Amino acid sequence: MANTTAEAPEKLGLLRVLGPAHVWALGVGIVLVGEYMGWNFAVGKGGAYAALIACWFAGLLYSCVAMIDSEVTSTVAAAGGQYTQAKHIIGPLMAFNVGLYLVFAYTMLEAANAITVGFLMDEVAKLTGHEGINQDPFIILSVMFLAWLNYRGVLATLTFSLVITAFAFTAVILLFLFSVILTGDSPMRHAELMTDLPYGWLGVLASMHFGLWYYLGIEGTTQAAEEVRSPARSLPFGTLAGIMTLLIAATLTWYVCVGLMPWEYLGQAGVPLFDAARLSGSTWLMVLLGIGTLFATLASANGCINDASRAWFAMGRDHYLPAWFGAVHPKYRTPYRSIIFLVPIALIFALGAPLDQVITFSILSGLLGYTFMPINVILFRKKWPLDTIKRGYEHPFHPLPAITLITLCSVTYFAVFLGYGTQLIAMISFYIVVSLWFHFWRYRFVKRADQFTMPWPRPRGY
Amino acid sequence: MARYIPPKQSKIGQMIDVIVLLILAIGALYIPLWMGLAGSSKTPVPQTAPTWESLGQNPTMVEKWNQLGFTDPAAASDIITARFDYSFSTGSLILMVVVIVGYFVMMVRLSDKEYREVISEKFGDR
Repeated sequence: MANTTAEAPEKLGLLRVLGPAHVWALGVGIVLVGEYMGWNFAVGKGGAYAALIACWFAGLLYSCVAMIDSEVTSTVAAAGGQYTQAKHIIGPLMAFNVGLYLVFAYTMLEAANAITVGFLMDEVAKLTGHEGINQDPFIILSVMFLAWLNYRGVLATLTFSLVITAFAFTAVILLFLFSVILTGDSPMRHAELMTDLPYGWLGVLASMHFGLWYYLGIEGTTQAAEEVRSPARSLPFGTLAGIMTLLIAATLTWYVCVGLMPWEYLGQAGVPLFDAARLSGSTWLMVLLGIGTLFATLASANGCINDASRAWFAMGRDHYLPAWFGAVHPKYRTPYRSIIFLVPIALIFALGAPLDQVITFSILSGLLGYTFMPINVILFRKKWPLDTIKRGYEHPFHPLPAITLITLCSVTYFAVFLGYGTQLIAMISFYIVVSLWFHFWRYRFVKRADQFTMPWPRPRGY
Repeated sequence: MARYIPPKQSKIGQMIDVIVLLILAIGALYIPLWMGLAGSSKTPVPQTAPTWESLGQNPTMVEKWNQLGFTDPAAASDIITARFDYSFSTGSLILMVVVIVGYFVMMVRLSDKEYREVISEKFGDR
């Protein structure tokens, strides 16, 4: 067997070929699906205005994430993103948890994407007079096809994603232009459709839960740290430009959707942008947004398989998980065992759980990751003050962004608690149990000094 | 500090570890669904013979419901009247805070214990 395993020497570095535009595309590619589905559950939790407020506050949360993450990543410029940061700054158990946050956030997002593909096919079938088709084959086929693409190599995967993301983004812009600006008799009916806050200000807080869905995954840009030409410039620029793009796209999406359908329908819709195109009265816009929804979900699922499998692979390589997962395919140079292993997990949830639950699982894992970041940056500055190691980028106003981030995370925990408290407790309980399992059992298989590979001085206080 | 040499894990041991993780992950995420505890706080308020007026829908909203394929108000009634129940007890809120804060405190402390071993082996004892 000619597999390259974790034990084999591997000193080949990744090629530094990416610029800020690639970083932008990487982030927006995974996240854009959030405009096509899922964000609208924020409307269901608090009403139309609440979803807009949540969109902007979630934008603030992610701006803090980008600022903090850019400083640490521009210094820990190694593949693995937040997982590698946690290993060097807090410790192995934190890294193990962060690795699991990444795997579950992305695998659940992948499952949500597959559910949306099935739902879209069902909607299209209904519109063409075929009621009650079985969605399962479409869900299974989309996950299997993308896993195969990832198995075969990263270049084809990324190229595929870039093309379909560009299409999906253009479709959102065209929907806005042709239903709001470039039309004589606009179908928008904001004055008649907008209502007061159905749950009052408590609903605004509650809608922060799904407000995260507008941007969830943008922090994945740090996964490319080792392949970016100038991390100090490209990572903050690309990530913040990505957040601004998504903020604009999210606001446009909100404006079009709430002007076209009652909030009660929008708050539970499976494919809201496709529904908006249907209500615009234009057949070509409906076809465009139907294809856009399909492409956005496939691009996102594709990126999710890529990121989740690499996080699982990295944990296998470090022996945080069985070393068997740390194998690279001898021909395609991909973490093929991790890719295959995560396929049935995604399918179990895509075929058996409702969309809002799957999205909640993904959001919760993401939220735990964002809570780690302020702890991470405060310890980073404490252990290595600014004059001890050179940062590629220093985020301003420290510790204000960290305090803002942890405050917004606390609000979002409360938002999830309102309506989805059982899932919140179940998921945290899971992380408590696996943390104990790691500390008291799995950690014995980990080589201690190998966990610290950066050329930094000894941390202060140790 | 003497260099720590980890034991080599057998194939069966690796398989058991993977199975344990799988059971924990799928169990934690699926148990609330199986027990009917997940997402059950959004419930419709049934009406007998609902009309668009009784459901609080104006003519524009009715037009949009029709375009969406809901020509009968009874078909849209559950969607329109469903609401989340945001009432909660102080006890459950305190439980949530204790679980989340406790989780992070436990993790940072145990991580720090492991981290000291890593630093000690990497940079040597002071």
